[in-house]
Amino acid sequence: MEIDKNFSYTEALVACPECDLIHSVPKIREGEQGRCIRCGALLFVRHKNSLNRSLAFALTGLMFFILANMFPLLTFEMEGQAESNRLIDGAIAFWNAGYWELGIVVFISSVVAPLSVLLVLITLLLPMQFGRSPFSPQFQIRLLTHLKPWAMSEIFILGIFVAFVKLQDFADVSVGLSLFAFVLMVAATVMAYLTLDEGALWSRLKEIRA
Amino acid sequence: MTAPVTAKSIGAVSCHVCGLLVSNRYIAEHMADCPRCDAALHSRKVNSLNRTWALLIAAAILYIPANVYPVLTLISFGRSTTNTIMGGVIELAQSGQMVIAVIVFVASVFVPIFKIAALLFLVISVQSRLKVQQRKRALLYRFTEFIGRWSMIDIFMISILIGLVKLQALATVTAGPGAIAFAAVVIITMFAAMSFDPRLIWDDEGNDNDG
Ligand SMILES: [Zn+2]
Ligand SMILES: [Zn+2]
Repeated sequence: MEIDKNFSYTEALVACPECDLIHSVPKIREGEQGRCIRCGALLFVRHKNSLNRSLAFALTGLMFFILANMFPLLTFEMEGQAESNRLIDGAIAFWNAGYWELGIVVFISSVVAPLSVLLVLITLLLPMQFGRSPFSPQFQIRLLTHLKPWAMSEIFILGIFVAFVKLQDFADVSVGLSLFAFVLMVAATVMAYLTLDEGALWSRLKEIRA
Repeated sequence: MTAPVTAKSIGAVSCHVCGLLVSNRYIAEHMADCPRCDAALHSRKVNSLNRTWALLIAAAILYIPANVYPVLTLISFGRSTTNTIMGGVIELAQSGQMVIAVIVFVASVFVPIFKIAALLFLVISVQSRLKVQQRKRALLYRFTEFIGRWSMIDIFMISILIGLVKLQALATVTAGPGAIAFAAVVIITMFAAMSFDPRLIWDDEGNDNDG
């Protein structure tokens, strides 16, 4: 492969993030993806209307996130007494029990990070929808990269599921409205990520600034 | 076999946030971060192997209290049951919830051990300049990075139980100190996986005679 090494920085070539092998960026069709020929890592994806769709999913996700915080997740009943919990109660319970480290961890991974991911996506994509530059796209995209591993809503859902099964053994547990909203929020967030094509994001930003 | 063309071999750095390819000459001339996203540029993760080692040792040590100390206690009608991580799995299995028991066992017991072992193997294989099965090791790394977060299931489950079951004498669930150690293991192994640079698996491929 003949490579022009005389560049300052280039978008014509891309190095695999996992093995550093250089690939020239081909023109691929929408819906296709490019993988590294040496290690198989995903290099890029192309989606139709990537930015619009990602924004729509992020807005949907935010709506469900708000709903998920308004109603109980689970309700627990025993001998006529009932107790229900909201999304944020897990973090609060750890904090009140003196396990503040766990309170912070649960608060970040189940509330702060998932919400921030959606807010960053929306503040990034919504202005671009109207042909305007977001306030700091560089910062917002870096923030998104760093937030991603700490947003653990999908794991939280499995945690709810296990708690539900454990409680069923000795009490009446019922599922609250918020649980459905929470599941839909996770689905919308995953879709917002999957449809987001970062190549399209950078080229659209360039157009807007030009 | 000729050496594969990598960003490093052509004197460039790939931005770890946005993937832009930037030449070393440009970085030196402008003392610059990434011209597209402003992230700091590094050809390889800084001090990758030492940091991964340190985090793995810390995680392995904390794995012991995470499994020895109880993670939760249930008090119901004056009877109290205390569970460790493994105890929780056994209890689920005994109550006939085999599928859930398997999920929790995999997430809480198998994944942390697998993750520590896999990263140790990857670090050692890079340090001993092993040059075989690179693609399989790359896959192992990708898999390890992907599954790590799923161990948090137990922590979330405990947070829900203690928030929900607080009917005084009827039924109350409290957390145990094992939960802190366990969460620390999960988070530290996540940092360990992030510290490891999978590009090290491939470095020097094709240059058999260089040091
Ligand atoms: Zn690769
Ligand atoms: Zn960049």
